[in-house]
Parts: sequence; structure tokens; C-alpha cells
Amino acid sequence: MITVDWETYVQLLALVQNSIIAAAVLGILGGLIGVFVMQRDMAFAVHGISELSFAGAAAALLLGLNVVAGSLVGSLVAAALIGLLGARARDRNSIIGVLMPFGLGLGILFLALYPGRSGNKFGLLTGQIISVDIPQLGLLITISVLVLLVLIVVWRPLTFDSLDPEVAHARGVPGRPLSFIFMVLLGLAVAVSVQVIGALLVLALLVTPAAAALRVSSSPVLVPVLSMVFGFVSAVGGILLAIGGSLPISPYITTISFAIYVVCRIVGSRRLSATSRRLSAPSRRTLEAT
Amino acid sequence: MTPDTLGSERPAPVLSIRGGALGFGGRGLWSGLDLDIAPGEFLAVLGANGSGKTSLLRAMLGQQRLDAGEVLVAGHPARRGARRVGYIPQQKIVPPGTPLRGRDLVMLGVNGHRWGPPIATRADHDRVDALLTAVGADAYADRPLGTLSGGEQQRLRVAQSLADDPVLLLCDEPLMSLDLHHQREVSELIDARRRDHGTAVVFVTHDVNPVLGMVDRILYLAQGRFTIGTPDEVLRDDVLSGLYGTSVEVIRSRGRVIVVGVPDGDHHHEVIA
Ligand SMILES: Nc1ncnc2c1ncn2[C@@H]1O[C@H](COP(=O)(O)OP(=O)(O)OP(=O)(O)O)[C@@H](O)[C@H]1O
Ligand SMILES: [Mg+2]
Repeated sequence: MITVDWETYVQLLALVQNSIIAAAVLGILGGLIGVFVMQRDMAFAVHGISELSFAGAAAALLLGLNVVAGSLVGSLVAAALIGLLGARARDRNSIIGVLMPFGLGLGILFLALYPGRSGNKFGLLTGQIISVDIPQLGLLITISVLVLLVLIVVWRPLTFDSLDPEVAHARGVPGRPLSFIFMVLLGLAVAVSVQVIGALLVLALLVTPAAAALRVSSSPVLVPVLSMVFGFVSAVGGILLAIGGSLPISPYITTISFAIYVVCRIVGSRRLSATSRRLSAPSRRTLEAT
Repeated sequence: MTPDTLGSERPAPVLSIRGGALGFGGRGLWSGLDLDIAPGEFLAVLGANGSGKTSLLRAMLGQQRLDAGEVLVAGHPARRGARRVGYIPQQKIVPPGTPLRGRDLVMLGVNGHRWGPPIATRADHDRVDALLTAVGADAYADRPLGTLSGGEQQRLRVAQSLADDPVLLLCDEPLMSLDLHHQREVSELIDARRRDHGTAVVFVTHDVNPVLGMVDRILYLAQGRFTIGTPDEVLRDDVLSGLYGTSVEVIRSRGRVIVVGVPDGDHHHEVIA
């Protein structure tokens, strides 16, 4: 889709360099937090939060307030509701199922009432990183870096709580506070993603990279590293491909992240069948004994 | 050991419960429970589903407040996250696809509670290696947890529970859904630990037979009451009939013990105490 020559491309690149930095940080953040989204089985929650985040952003647009702030408020309200009311997975899914259309409907109402340019309208649903101005980009990058730092501090207890809660609690890991912290971090990450890739597509950065990484590894070191790389490549690659052409960025990002997932699935199923061949050879017990 | 007990012949208990009582929604599970567990002692906790075995362990872990009485671990009130208490939860098989290998489960026991950048130290890795070797899990330590058999997973659970060199090991039905061979292997691991290191063991189980040769005392919970004593003192017709309030027979056959005639409400009859 690159329809410009190299020199123009480089000039464009310089123009959008802040967007690229924002996308890079978000790609890394999305990959890392996605590991916990998968571990805690919260992909649906991500989607639910993003719709309320969209409603918040649309409300801010209508009222002439800061859109990123509106998006943050919507996200955090949704994350808090899901965290408070949905401790158990079944409750959680029904609450999200109720919240999601409500948020989307509200957002569409606010957009319909908004008299301004229509480019902004679609941007919230399908991504608009290039049109975000520099101070706002700075805000997005700051939030992402903060979330990343907190995530790294709580990494081990959060992993313990996600994968082995009974023993984690017995060992003094504070389950409820950690869940709450995680929901706040997730809310912030979703709000940033809504600005970059759009409310409808946040899963491509917050879930797909981690899901792909889990296909090819079970190592608690390799999975986050791969997921981070996948998120980074999708987000930055999407922008680099898009700026030369006339198409929006989001489809590039979603396509790259989907392609990575497909490759990982193929690689992963090879790996699995190799393992099971190894295990079903003469008999399991003899293998264990060796 | 605290200095004031050095002179006496009985060492200070690792765990004591004084006048413990617990119930939910008006239904008493047990009350007036006095219990001292000495270092190296093996206590089996028997009782029907819902008799309060897991709740008792939760009280020992500081996760469940008693309605009355107190629980002391090494002389201090039980609290969450006490470092020298190991715990094996009521077994649930880890689903395939869980992003953990065998050694990672053990690593969580070693450093999973620590905050800060998730970088395992050399000492952490050495500790995990030593624990894996101690339970004989080296061969499958690097395989995804979800692909391991119940017995293999349970060995790793034992290794995880020993991470902080516990003085008290709390095991909630660690033999559930294991075949006889693995039941023996896992209980022998736990028995070896308490023999070699003087770790006191509280072992909740439906079936006392796999550990009959290791048990020092039995705490038998039934009908909102309990009885404590050595296996010979507790596994008797008159004692269990008194506990259940109905005629119960204890059959000993080829070294196994079977309790028959346990009341229906206890869902316990074919099970074996
Ligand atoms: N937090 C709680 N709130 C209300 N009731 C509870 C709570 N915890 C346990 N109970 C009740 O207390 C009883 C004892 O539960 P517990 O889990 O201790 O039984 P158990 O002996 O471990 O049973 P099982 O053999 O099935 O594991 C059950 O009837 C349970 O429903
Ligand atoms: Mg139980």
C-alpha cells in the first residue's frame, strides 16, 4: 500500500515519530498485560472495558473535554464494576455482557449528538493514533510506562495469584488487593489502546499477542518476552506500513497480530504432536522410569 | 524451641489449638477442640465431606477466624503467609495449557510472594533444583504442568510446599485421585520429610489406609463432634459408635481398616476411614 517515494516516507516518519513511540510502548504493555489477561481468563472483560472507555471518550468529545481523560474515566469505572461485582467468572461474564452493549450504545448516542468532524467519531471505534496531538501522546506514553512499572513490581505475586490462588493466599499473597490493582492497570491499558487502535479492536493488542505466545511456549519467561515482541511488532509494524498509504492503521495492526497468531498456532501444534509422539512411544511408565 | 521448654522432656508444640470452635450459619462443625502437635508428629484428620477438615486447615493458615479459642503456630497466633508453614491444597488437576512447567510451580513456592522485578536469583534456582531432586521430579520438571499425571503434579506440590523449609506441613487430601502406587509414593515423601527434618504434618484424608503405618494420632470429625487419639484408640467400634451416635463397625482385614455402618447423611459409608 506504499504509494509514496522513499524520501516522502522518511519525512512522514519524522512527523509521526511520537505516534510510533506511543504505539511501541503500548505494544510492549499490551503484550505483557495480555499474559495476565489470559492467565485470569479476562479477554471478555477487556472487550467490556473498552466499550465503556469508548463511551467515556465520546462523552468527553461531546462536552469538549479531554478525550483521553474521558476514555480513562470510562475504563476505570468499567474495571471497578467488573472487579467489584464479578469476583467469580460466571458473574463476571454476565456483568460484562450487560455493560458492553450499554456502553457501546451510550457512546454511539454521544457521537450522534456531536456536531464536529466525523473523522474523530470513527477514530474512537477504529483507531486514530496519527490524529492524536503531541501533549495527548505524551499522556498516553506516560500512562503506559506507569502501568508497565507497576506491572513489573507486582509481577510475581500476580502470577502466583492468577495460576495457583490457594497456595498463593496461604503464602500471604494478598488476593483481593491484587485483583483490584490488576483491574486498575487493565483499565488504564485499555484506555490507552482505545486511543491507538480503537475500542472495537483493543483485543488485537491486549489478547492476541499473549494468546499467540502461549501457543508456542509454557515458560513463564519466554511467554511474556514473546508476547511483548509480538505486541511491539504488530503495533509498530502497523504504523510503518500504514503511513505511506491512505488506509487506516488499525487493519494493519490487527492483520499482523492475527498472522503472528496463526503462525504460532501452526508451530505450536507441531510442537504438541511431537511431544505426544514422544510420550506415546513404547509406554508412559517406562519413560517415566528412565 | 523456646528456652523455657529446654528442660522439659516434651518439646514445645509446633501447633496448638485451645478451645477452638467453628461453625457456619448456626451449624457447629466442632467446638472445644484442644490440640497440640509436636515437632515430627503425623496427625491424620478424618471425617466425612463437610465435617470441617478444610476449614480446620484454613484456621491453621490464618485464613479462617475461629468462633472461639485460638490457634498458635510455633507459639504465635496463626497468620496468613507464615513463612515456615507449608501447604498442599485440596487437589485440583491443573488444566492443559496453563503456562507453567513443573519447576515453575516450585519456583512460585520459593519466590512467588516476593514483590519487585521478577528476576530469580541463583539461590532461587538452586533451591528449586534441590527441591525437585528431593521429590524425584527432575525427569519431568521442564514439561508443562498440564501435561503431567496427577501423581507427578502431586510430587511437585510436595516440593512446592517444602520451599521455605516448613516446621509445619498442612496437606488437604493430597492423595485424592491417585492410584495406590502413587498414593504410597506421595505419602512416603511426606513421611520422609517429617522423619528427616522434624516437620509436623497435618494430613487430611478420606482414607487412612495409605498412611496407617505413619500416623501418630488421628483427629476424627463427625456429627459436629470429634475424637483424638492414636489409631488404636480411635479406630474402634465403641469409640466411633459413640462419635456417630449409632452402631458403627470397624473391620480390620489384611492390614486395612474399613469403617462400616456410618450414617447415610455422612456420605461416607463405603469409604474407608
Ligand atoms: N466461608 C464459609 N461460609 C459458609 N459456610 C462454609 C464456609 N466454609 C465452609 N463452609 C461450610 O462448612 C462445612 C465444612 O466445610 P469444609 O470445606 O471444611 O469441609 P471438608 O471437611 O473439608 O469437606 P470435604 O471432604 O468435602 O473437602 C461445609 O458445610 C461448608 O459448606
Ligand atoms: Mg475439604
